[in-house]
Amino acid sequence: MAECHPVGFQWVMEAKARGAKVIHVDPRFTRTSALADIHVPLRAGTDIAFLGGLINHVLANGHEFRDYVLSYTNAATILTEEFADTEDLAGVFSGLDADERTYDFHTWSYEGTEVQAAAGQREKMRPDRSAPAGVAASGRGEAHGSGGARVPSDAPRDETLTHPRCVFQVLKRHYARYTPEMVEEVCGVPPDVFAQVCDLLVANSGRERTTSWVYSVGWTQHTVGVQYIRAAAILQLLLGNIGRPGGGILALRGHASIQGSTDIPTLFNLLPGYIPMPHAASNEGLREYLDTESTQKGYWAYADAYLISLLKAWWGGAAKADNDWCYDYLPRLTGSHSTFETVMAQLEGTCTGYFVLGQNPAVGTSNAKMQRLGMANLDWLVVRDFQLIESATWWSDGPEIETGEMRTEDIGTEVFFLPAAAHTEKDGSFTNTQRMLQWHHQAVEPDGDARSDLWFTYHLGRRIRQKLAAAQETATPEDRDRDRPLLDLTWDYPTKGPLDEPEAEAVLAEINGWDADGNPLSSYEQLQPDGSTACGCWIYCGVYADGVNQAARRRPQAEQSWVAPEWGWAWPANRRILYNRASADPDGKPWSERKAYLWWDAEQEKWTGHDIPDFPPTKAPGYTAPEGARGKDALAGDDPFIMQADGKGWLYVPTGLLDGPLPTHYEPQESPVTNALYSQQRNPVRQISAFVHPADRFAPSGHEPGADVFPFALGTYRIAEHHTAGGMSRWSPYLAELAPELFCEVSPELARLRGLEHGGWATIATARGVIETRVLVTERMAPFRMAGRTTYQVGLPYHWGHGGPAPGDAVNELTHMALDPNSHIMETKALTCDIRPGRRPRGAARLDLLRDYQRRAGITAETGTEVSG
Amino acid sequence: MTIHPLPDPVVASGWTDAPPRMGFFTDTSVCIGCKACEVACKEWNAIPARGTEGSSDLAQDFTAMSMDNSMGLGADTWRHVAFIEQRKPLGIQEPGQFHGDDPSGSDVLALAAQGSGTPPSEAGMTPTTPGPAGEFRWLMASDVCKHCTHAACLDVCPTGSLFRTEFGTVVVQEDICNGCGYCVPACPYGVIDQRPEDGRAWKCTLCYDRISVGAEPACAKACPTDSIQFGPLDELRARADARLASMHENGVTDARLYGRDPDDGVGGDGAFFLLLDEPEVYGLPPDPVDTTRDLASMWRHAATAAVTVLAGIAVTFAGGSGRRSRR
Amino acid sequence: MGVGQWLASWPVVRQVTQGDPGAHGAAVKSPESAHLAPRTADADRVVKSICPFCAVGCGQNISVKDDRVTQIEGDPDSPVSRGRLCARGSSSLQLVTNPQREHRVRYRRPHGTEWEDLDLDTAMDMIADRVIASRRQGWEWESGGYHVRRTLGVASLGGATLDNEENYLIKKLFTAMGAVQVENQARI
Repeated sequence: MAECHPVGFQWVMEAKARGAKVIHVDPRFTRTSALADIHVPLRAGTDIAFLGGLINHVLANGHEFRDYVLSYTNAATILTEEFADTEDLAGVFSGLDADERTYDFHTWSYEGTEVQAAAGQREKMRPDRSAPAGVAASGRGEAHGSGGARVPSDAPRDETLTHPRCVFQVLKRHYARYTPEMVEEVCGVPPDVFAQVCDLLVANSGRERTTSWVYSVGWTQHTVGVQYIRAAAILQLLLGNIGRPGGGILALRGHASIQGSTDIPTLFNLLPGYIPMPHAASNEGLREYLDTESTQKGYWAYADAYLISLLKAWWGGAAKADNDWCYDYLPRLTGSHSTFETVMAQLEGTCTGYFVLGQNPAVGTSNAKMQRLGMANLDWLVVRDFQLIESATWWSDGPEIETGEMRTEDIGTEVFFLPAAAHTEKDGSFTNTQRMLQWHHQAVEPDGDARSDLWFTYHLGRRIRQKLAAAQETATPEDRDRDRPLLDLTWDYPTKGPLDEPEAEAVLAEINGWDADGNPLSSYEQLQPDGSTACGCWIYCGVYADGVNQAARRRPQAEQSWVAPEWGWAWPANRRILYNRASADPDGKPWSERKAYLWWDAEQEKWTGHDIPDFPPTKAPGYTAPEGARGKDALAGDDPFIMQADGKGWLYVPTGLLDGPLPTHYEPQESPVTNALYSQQRNPVRQISAFVHPADRFAPSGHEPGADVFPFALGTYRIAEHHTAGGMSRWSPYLAELAPELFCEVSPELARLRGLEHGGWATIATARGVIETRVLVTERMAPFRMAGRTTYQVGLPYHWGHGGPAPGDAVNELTHMALDPNSHIMETKALTCDIRPGRRPRGAARLDLLRDYQRRAGITAETGTEVSG
Repeated sequence: MTIHPLPDPVVASGWTDAPPRMGFFTDTSVCIGCKACEVACKEWNAIPARGTEGSSDLAQDFTAMSMDNSMGLGADTWRHVAFIEQRKPLGIQEPGQFHGDDPSGSDVLALAAQGSGTPPSEAGMTPTTPGPAGEFRWLMASDVCKHCTHAACLDVCPTGSLFRTEFGTVVVQEDICNGCGYCVPACPYGVIDQRPEDGRAWKCTLCYDRISVGAEPACAKACPTDSIQFGPLDELRARADARLASMHENGVTDARLYGRDPDDGVGGDGAFFLLLDEPEVYGLPPDPVDTTRDLASMWRHAATAAVTVLAGIAVTFAGGSGRRSRR
Repeated sequence: MGVGQWLASWPVVRQVTQGDPGAHGAAVKSPESAHLAPRTADADRVVKSICPFCAVGCGQNISVKDDRVTQIEGDPDSPVSRGRLCARGSSSLQLVTNPQREHRVRYRRPHGTEWEDLDLDTAMDMIADRVIASRRQGWEWESGGYHVRRTLGVASLGGATLDNEENYLIKKLFTAMGAVQVENQARI
């Protein structure tokens, strides 16, 4: 956090000054460790074992916050008899289909219920049709980032938490083997350090105290990344640390509007506001879509209002009841269409045109070579950025030119580089890591041909629509049908200034939405499923309430409360802590005065406190829902998790995840060790099969033959001096000089073992590539001693590329495309490698060295792809 | 006439109705090494980056000195963050890492014994100061011109370019500086340095322009954790004393103030520090002395005298080559 | 400047008359120092903004003089950042005024070995034509027996410094185009 979010870290320092204990769990000793009370070095890729150990400590010693757990979680819910745990099946859950690399979720459900299909499995519910080939996941799990998956709210419960099939007991059994000894063996964390963390965590949770967990991509970029976060969620729910001040699980996101890019997603699987993109198999028509995607209870019951309002925002007058509000205009998914599948589509020649907007995949995306190979097979490529980044120039200076794999003259890709406007040169909003929208005002006009992406998108759309409209007379009926969604699109934004820049605030107004008379809406509760409201992103509804840009509010911090509700605007409804109903006990009283945040005011019959209630504001704590109630009416007065279909926080996930209902430790795709917890080495349903390609091979792991060719753990990360793949930092001389060259960090022990010279050069190889780096030998990179053996780690900050004033090899030459099946995020935080002294070979010899490594390790297309391995 | 004692440098420099003396208190115990100060300083003062036009150092490469690639204060680095890797516990820190008894045979203690003074090219690892095995900490500290009470740079400056402002700070006036370079060896901290293009000397001005209108210096304003604090020196000293007392109470007995004492060899610093170890560990002289204190200074009365340019150049070479010993 | 004025500004005279016998301070204050002012002092306006690097969302104040950005620093009013910026945030001025920024459209024709100049208007027109062609070429009404109404011919990958409004228009346009391969740094 001190490395990548230094200004956010000021609040950690404030807390520390007030007596908070700061525990830093990280394989490396970083700037954050330097300021922490305890640094817990753990082997990369073992966080579930560590968190599982903490869960086991809480459960085995009765440290759970019983009142919270009983009322606010699904601990008491009883599971179906068919469910079999990893304890019973040697490390996998019931329902594994090894051929399809998927789980059948049916056996994970609550007793006596039929549940909604997990992501991408919906086609199986239609026995009349065959599933499209290769469909493992269309990212439905992510769609439930806002709304819970469908489960019934009336599943049987055991309030004593003793029923052997209640979630609480299942949880206990599942984590019983995550003992301190196992934590030491898997993670390399000594028992005394682990005990210290256990004690601090338990002592700092409960009625009077709360603990928060902060994570970044060190948790998400794994083949079991979602389950990392789930493990933290279980721990925090058990300890009563969700929905309360000082609690929570906080994602530290790395880019100015990366949260906004998820909320208003430029992501294949989502529509704005976490509404799933329609899936071809289960969402053929609007009715089928709503039947499968909405819930009976909670706010996800209003999915119809959210979706239809979106369709009205996009297609305006053309969206009518009799055409299902233009639902058919939405393209359908048949599986994953993530950026990694896009590369495969480029290589196959299906995808012929590519827009790269403020992104640098040629060095910044995992397995950058695959990205370049894909781009080299395009008809055309548009790159919009500040400088001529590597994604614009690879055809003349990329690594494949150096090795002779490609010749510039042979590359047929037509490349357009369009200069982009900076944040100072345009109006717009960023959504920060706290879900808060903040408006940035234009200060100056951009120079030359530089334009905002708003300008580019708007004028590109305008031109395309003009061209298509002009061609309509001669178009075939099929053409006309294909073009209707574009021609019917509402695309008439006002423009301003000499460049005809679209008014960003007009776009914000559409995102916020309006009623039938065109008045701005103020809350998503006003949205209707009858076409009378339009709203571009339901969770952002209210950001333009009263026609005022709420994101531009800037009441100085000194002039308002500590919650600072009048600075910017946080979704949803300007609530600053989600699920804050849980900050009060079931009766609506604060759990403690010290931690009072939201409480029920019996006299005024409403919720009050420091924040806006994330709960129906006048729903009394003692309210029970009548039979057959729907939506918010179905929420009981003590159901704080209002987006969940049962109103409860989920210790156990009966549906919605592809790789199991409970987090389970699996070794990364590539690991120097064998899984000590189960005979199952890797996540059996990790996403790999779609990407079989000679440039994306995997190394053997653990005891597999050839694993010793890549004996060291490799992790990638960022440092304080640079920003991501360097597009915004390597070209800035003041940042470039602070960290002018790619370097690796290794321990003195590893340096000695491999003869690496401090300050010298090293060559690092994985099953995919070979790079050279400078060497920093430091005690901050300690080896791990586990189960009688030592594991050495190599650390690589990934900011460099072959272009710009601070050049270096791209670390993403080394990384691969094995993904988390739920989120389709690649595993770049735990790989295996070899390291040797000296610079890498030049030209074709670089490839020879790679082939030599592959040959010695016996790597084939099948290596590391086994389901049960 | 002697320059000592000099009870109030501001009054002695001819300022009447001067504002309180202003300074920096850099509390290194909360520094996170983010280098915001380095960049904010360069942005505000438009200092050339290394490797760019006008810079004093065209080399721009990896130093292997922990996370430090700026090396030290100089003409183009007016704030510099030092990184010191150490075998010492910090607070209740219990790192639980293995090094000392490693069977692979790496004698990290011996490596560490080389100390932080070892040039990176000769070091077997990031220079680490010794200590018991199993304990580790990483010190970070933002260094800056000390704005000495008795400032030798100012005393030796023949042109009056270096002068004491009404805030008690020491500033190079670039419209006066003739590049003689006398100030460079005079500085007991090795702070001030010349740029090669015209030999003029440059260093921290404590953002003279900003503080003249009541604004904070750029580095102090940017500092995320308030490691760099700016204010009236009296207030800063009181704050630092309280901070030190509380650290000692909490068992951080190594904590100490550096440059706080008005009776030290430079009469106390306008920019002083809270350190967690000996000054040498941070590359700071343990007992800095005003280099002009024993000289019969001819310069003071010769502000308008002709300058011995040749001597200046000679000093430039003498002073410049020792400090910049990069490959 | 009269002789009297000239004489009074002569440092030796100032040493004596201003009580600065050592010529350390007031007596040697230079003309530049005498007229020193921060470059933000004469800004035409200060524009409120947000740091474009990480997602902490620090407030920025942007000083503008003669329609050029002259300084970017932290906004003390922000409850997020209290006026502070890290190294990256502090480099924002350099980011936006960097002479290495490319302000011209560059064009590389298929199999070309060099960049060429291209007019922005022409480039936009060419891109629109190519989108239409690739969209049609990669069009699917059906896939695996399912109705899909989409194109796999066009894809997009956006960075996460795009504004919400920009993301919204991208998602809206590309979805209407039938493109499903719309992705963002938010995943990777």
